[in-house]
Amino acid sequence: MKLFRSSPSAEGQARKPAQPTQKVTRRSSGLAEVGRVLKSEQPLSILDIGATSAANIRYFTAMGHRIYSEDLLGASTDPQLAIQDEEGKPTLDSKRFLAENLVFNQAQFDVVLCWNLADYLDETLVKPVVGRLWSILKPGGALLAFFHTQEAGPDAICSRYHIVTPDSLEIQALDTQGDSRNSRGLTGFRLQRVFNNRHIENLFRDFASIKFFLSRDNIREVLVIR
Amino acid sequence: MDSKTGDLARVGRSVCIKGELSGSEDLYVDGQVEGTLDLPGNGLTIGPNGHVHANVNAKTVVVHGKIEGNIRSSDRTELRKSAVATGDIFTQRISIEEGAFFKGRVEIQKAALGTQSASQPENKFAQKLEVGTPATQVPAASTVTSASSSGIGVPEKTPLTEIKKY
Repeated sequence: MKLFRSSPSAEGQARKPAQPTQKVTRRSSGLAEVGRVLKSEQPLSILDIGATSAANIRYFTAMGHRIYSEDLLGASTDPQLAIQDEEGKPTLDSKRFLAENLVFNQAQFDVVLCWNLADYLDETLVKPVVGRLWSILKPGGALLAFFHTQEAGPDAICSRYHIVTPDSLEIQALDTQGDSRNSRGLTGFRLQRVFNNRHIENLFRDFASIKFFLSRDNIREVLVIR
Repeated sequence: MDSKTGDLARVGRSVCIKGELSGSEDLYVDGQVEGTLDLPGNGLTIGPNGHVHANVNAKTVVVHGKIEGNIRSSDRTELRKSAVATGDIFTQRISIEEGAFFKGRVEIQKAALGTQSASQPENKFAQKLEVGTPATQVPAASTVTSASSSGIGVPEKTPLTEIKKY
């Protein structure tokens, strides 16, 4: 099954991984939509489940909001989560994962920033995590998630996102080398799958509404409202 | 404490302390501390080998190692690139280096916290305050860890799995 179309320029060439220090800034329509929620006079509770970003912490705390940071992708690499299913195949213990992560009160958050988590998270964890996110999000709360299109290719780099302005993001390739918990010298996370629009709609079927925004870097920005 | 140099007390890497630890001088922890750490008006540095399982109250907190517990600093908190911090942070200023891991809540507070005890509940009158360190000096942090045996994040050219129905 061919999942990706290779671009003519990419054929016959080895893909060069993005430099970890390389940062690209672009407009984000999804973030701009979230910004409407963030203009609230009341302090909001915001959960960022992407790679920890000091810029995001600074951005939200400057606005008077409460920011919670939890790196789910990093947490999913905990070796203790590895188990075997009934057929003896290696899998992850999703119950244990949810017992140790995303432990919050129901309807606690006004905004959840998923970034590109779902594209890189292990298959067994995606659906349980989305279910948990639904429960900890307030009714009417917003969730922002990014999904690669097929054009992005299988080597699409996992990035971390820094909010620069209410409608622009700085995107930086993740680098696990030098990370204090990276004992295996890994250089990054690998794209696990590509969701099409129907898959995304099904994934968030329990939510009240969903909006898609296509960005220039082969990313679909998806804003869902509980 | 196994040694003391000038105004800096030091907990060596082979030292393990359980209980309440308080003082009026700067402290460098490169060993293990479990309980509470109360240094109002002074700085706490957790060294690369340090592992603190305690609520911490200090003027400044610099983390190179691991801390599990809430950090309450009246001036600033720094998570260096090797830091692994789990817990809530209440501080006036914060900087997080690239490579640091953080799990918890950050609350930027204007009021002085130095007189509070580490075991006291959070300040309910917290006010917003912009993080003081400029963006150029506060590189964003990366939190990616090593891949597990499940194969997550393995950069090898393994084929993508087929889309499953959601």
